[in-house]
Amino acid sequence: MHLSPDEIVLWQHGFLKLNATIAYTWGLMLVLAVGSKLVTRKLSTGLRRSRWQNLLEIVVTAINGQIAEVGLRQPEKYLGFLGSLFLFVAMASLFTIVPGYEPPTGSLSTTAALAICVFVAVPLFGIEDRGLGGYLRAYLKPTFIMLPFNIISELSRTLALAVRLFGNMMSGTMILAILLTITPFVFPIAMSALGLLTGMVQAYIFSILATVYIAAATRTRSSEPGEDD
Amino acid sequence: MLIDWFTVVAQVANFLILVWLLKRFLYRPILDAIDAREKRVASALAEADAKKAEAQKERAEFQDKNEAFDRQRASLLSKASDEAKAERQRLLDAARQAADALAAKRHEALRSELQVLGETLSRRTREEVFAIARKALADLATAGLEERMVEVFTRRLREMDVAAKAGLGQALASASAPGVVRSAFDLPEAQRAVLQSAVNEAFSAEIPLRFETAPELVGGIELSTDGQKLSWSIADFLATLEKGVGDLLKGNDMAEAGVEQASAAKGDGHGN
Repeated sequence: MHLSPDEIVLWQHGFLKLNATIAYTWGLMLVLAVGSKLVTRKLSTGLRRSRWQNLLEIVVTAINGQIAEVGLRQPEKYLGFLGSLFLFVAMASLFTIVPGYEPPTGSLSTTAALAICVFVAVPLFGIEDRGLGGYLRAYLKPTFIMLPFNIISELSRTLALAVRLFGNMMSGTMILAILLTITPFVFPIAMSALGLLTGMVQAYIFSILATVYIAAATRTRSSEPGEDD
Repeated sequence: MLIDWFTVVAQVANFLILVWLLKRFLYRPILDAIDAREKRVASALAEADAKKAEAQKERAEFQDKNEAFDRQRASLLSKASDEAKAERQRLLDAARQAADALAAKRHEALRSELQVLGETLSRRTREEVFAIARKALADLATAGLEERMVEVFTRRLREMDVAAKAGLGQALASASAPGVVRSAFDLPEAQRAVLQSAVNEAFSAEIPLRFETAPELVGGIELSTDGQKLSWSIADFLATLEKGVGDLLKGNDMAEAGVEQASAAKGDGHGN
């Protein structure tokens, strides 16, 4: 019984090691990249198009619409980062239906990595949009007294992002594992379905929170985004 | 320890690679395809709009043309029918006029032919009658007849009405030349004397007379001076008779012509 797929080490050479988290991440990356490549290899610009193209168009336009809905003016600019966040987390949850699979998002290392990415991306997008001075001035608002609180908020929400996703994903697999030992056969299937739903919800929450942070950083902070959950 | 920092770094790298891969293989092609399709749809819609507008324009144009054509056709038709009516009327009028002219001409020809025939007939008749009468009277005329004629003449001279007698007397008296007495035969001296005395007596003056013979008188005596004449001769009678007959015939002709014209007018009325 292990809490994280990090503990399954497949290969190690001194500092370098290949654990299940990285391996499954590579697998997901391969599936996503190759699947996209296969579908977009023969895209149709006409009125008739393949089902897979339709599916990908729906996914991409839905993500784009969500980003725009949150309030970012040019959703295409943020689509690469935010869309990839969502797709990675969603695919990681979706593949839990495959037996023997451990979602990489069930590892705190992965969720921390993703949260760090968001933590770095938010000021980058903010500076790109408003300039360095403009972005830094936002920490002094509404008054300079709020500066430490703003910094704490920045750090804590990153931590929250990482832990929330990890907790949810890990609990899903943990519950499944525990239930399998207590009540085999039917009940774990229901829990597995519930886990899928939770995974999708978490993917949505993770990416939408990242979007909100970026939106807050790129706009005048008229209102402080409330702490998540 | 739940966080393995090597894995964190590896996952950050993995995630960045994934972002790049998905940008490369998913978002850009899909968004490009959507843009291209939207452009195509927009252009197709614009084209359809343009075609629709053009079709509507052409339809309106065609309708206008159709209406104009209908109007033109109707006007041409009415004009043509009017013209045909007018032409028919004109032809009918012309035909009627031609028929009238022809009938009138025919009437005229008939009438003139009839007139010529009548005139010829009457002239010939008259000539024949007078030739016969003249011949008969010439055959009968003798000295005895002349004597009798002198008698009649003297009686007429005496019985002349007063105005005529005064006029003739004045003419005889004022004439520079003597009055001329013409007769068909040469008058014997005795009768000349009778005539002279009768004239003198009638006009109560010495009237100089000159006696001449004129066979064309057929029979009879004629006293004439400057423009005035007193005569009793068969030729005179015949001339008077001829004139009377001629007047009578002319009157008949005119009456006939009147009747013909009236009947012709009646015939026209039926013709209409």
